[in-house]
Amino acid sequence: MHGSIPYTAEVRPDTGLTNPKLGIWLFLASEVMLFGALFSAYALLRSGDLAWPDQSTIVSVPLATVNTLVLISSSVTMVLAWAALGSHRKASPGPDASTPTERLGRYRLFMGLTLLLGCVFLGIKALEYADKFSHGLGPATNNFLGLYFTMTGLHALHVVGGLVVNLYLIGPGTRMWTSDPTRFANRVEVAGIYWHFVDVVWIFLFPVMYLL
Amino acid sequence: MTDVRGYVAVFGGLMVLTLATVTIANLSLPTGVAVALGLLVASVKAALVVMFFMHLKGERPLVLWPLALTAFLCLFLIIFVLWSESDHVQTAGYRLPATAEFLPTS
Repeated sequence: MHGSIPYTAEVRPDTGLTNPKLGIWLFLASEVMLFGALFSAYALLRSGDLAWPDQSTIVSVPLATVNTLVLISSSVTMVLAWAALGSHRKASPGPDASTPTERLGRYRLFMGLTLLLGCVFLGIKALEYADKFSHGLGPATNNFLGLYFTMTGLHALHVVGGLVVNLYLIGPGTRMWTSDPTRFANRVEVAGIYWHFVDVVWIFLFPVMYLL
Repeated sequence: MTDVRGYVAVFGGLMVLTLATVTIANLSLPTGVAVALGLLVASVKAALVVMFFMHLKGERPLVLWPLALTAFLCLFLIIFVLWSESDHVQTAGYRLPATAEFLPTS
């Protein structure tokens, strides 16, 4: 029995999944509808608008391209952080088998990189927003900018949420690596699935907001 | 460390596809073609992240079926909106420059 939530380390016999794994996917399904509603609002407003501005003349494509590369990199470091824990592999004794402490160290390195890249993403976003505001452009200016600030703003809030969770998992959360390593690795995997989803949303936001 | 090499390979593919997206946008293609190509490349990138980083490849059907339903409903929502607008899509005036008449004067 692992705490008050069952099946966090071992899978449920009927579903073959841990509870957090099923839970995060169902949560992400609801998030798809949240962002999907906003994307459909974009489709509606743009298709009916005679005066839609050339988006690339208002928002910065080079900055957003850099941000896309930053977020994709953070996705890679996130999955490498989970892989570094090695809990998905069967125990394999041998000269290259690393100790739990070594694995935690590699995990911390990659999770730290993920946090750093997430902060860089938000920093570039802040630069973009500040530039818009300094030119008197805001969400109320026109439909495109209303959608731009709403969708990228909501996405940035999701990035912040992910960073808070990852900060816990690199800090006080690592206590669980000693007490219950499988459950800790599952927590990291689930946090990773959320983080990759945030990346996927940006993968669609980038062409829609900047390139179309 | 074969899973690490796999992740790095996917990362390389995502970098290439990101640069491809920007290149396609700079080709001055007709709007419809540009939109379709841009979203196609985005979908391929998303599929790579979902399948390999999120480990959906080889995941249980109990996870796959709700996601399939969600994907269908989300696509239907967007396509239905576009379909309902298709008889009066404002193609004249697409990609107008950000000139003074469309932005507030300082």
